[in-house]
Amino acid sequence: MAWQFKPTVPIYIQVVSVIKSRIFNGEYPPGSHLPSVRELAQEASVNPNTVQKAFGELEQSGLICTFRTAGRNVTEDEELIKRCKEDICRKYVNSFVNEMSTMGLSREDILSVLDDIIKSQTEKEGGL
Amino acid sequence: MSGYVVSVRELCKEYSGGFTALDRINVDLPYGQIIGLLGPNGGGKTTFIKILAGLLTPTSGSVEIGGYAPGVESKKIVSYLPERTYFNSWMTVKECIGFFEDFYEDFDSRAAKEMLNTLGINIDAKLKTLSKGTKEKVQLVLVMSRKAQLYLLDEPIAGVDPAAREFILKTIISNYNSNATVLISTHLISDIEQILDSFVFINQGKIFARGSVDSVREEKGMSLDEFFREVFRCLPNC
Repeated sequence: MAWQFKPTVPIYIQVVSVIKSRIFNGEYPPGSHLPSVRELAQEASVNPNTVQKAFGELEQSGLICTFRTAGRNVTEDEELIKRCKEDICRKYVNSFVNEMSTMGLSREDILSVLDDIIKSQTEKEGGL
Repeated sequence: MSGYVVSVRELCKEYSGGFTALDRINVDLPYGQIIGLLGPNGGGKTTFIKILAGLLTPTSGSVEIGGYAPGVESKKIVSYLPERTYFNSWMTVKECIGFFEDFYEDFDSRAAKEMLNTLGINIDAKLKTLSKGTKEKVQLVLVMSRKAQLYLLDEPIAGVDPAAREFILKTIISNYNSNATVLISTHLISDIEQILDSFVFINQGKIFARGSVDSVREEKGMSLDEFFREVFRCLPNC
């Protein structure tokens, strides 16, 4: 199944987010070997150059390391992974809280809804 | 060898009757990219591809493919998928493979047979017994099984179902080597934009826009498909 892409965001950035979430959720564990450019390009039905570009971006952030001949690995630095994970969480929650306070919701309103939703999702999927 | 697989200067093509299909086209296509040749029907896409394939001669201007003018040498490095099939309908798939083996030194018949096998296509079947979509798949497999430097694919996804479309796109991604360039003509932009590096947009015989897909998304905040729909809405006669 090809990946679904949003029309307004550059594709390589969307590929970056998919790989990141796979690193965060443990599908690609710390220190593990990543699929090759070609394999991922096939899976996502995107241009190999796009995957290459996404890998370049991830290398810069330090989340993945490239070995000249042996492909790419996820970083072994679990602290870094944790930090990146938190960054993303902060980013989303920040914009969410801003949006909610613009609409006049209080801290208590937000927290109680948040709690409700997380509870019901946990029941449904056993997740979180 | 220059850095470009295709270099075109001041290319014009006039058909008898005075219709100008291409009007002073200047473009360089680098190695190692998948490039979309986009534009409305009658915009000049097929004429441009046929000139690169050496099937039409330009009225004026110059064309270089891998450093050669279109001719015997250029055809060795160009793998062309025409809009319509040129195989005879009484031929079997196996005979078509033989055809390609005879014609092209760089044809890998083992790779072709493997792909056909994955697709579940019987190579002893006659072409006339195959559906339109299956025939298109056979042709694409043959064309992509050459180790060419330039692949010219004229409307490879028109007229096949979405599943076959996805197969065709995957075949293109997995079979081109990273030094080769693939030029795909189509007006079905949304179906192929995620596999493109860059695009050349031809309208009324002129290059209307050229750039990378991601730069359109970054700068305009919309997909290539939306961008061109918007541009077209503003154009007269469309």
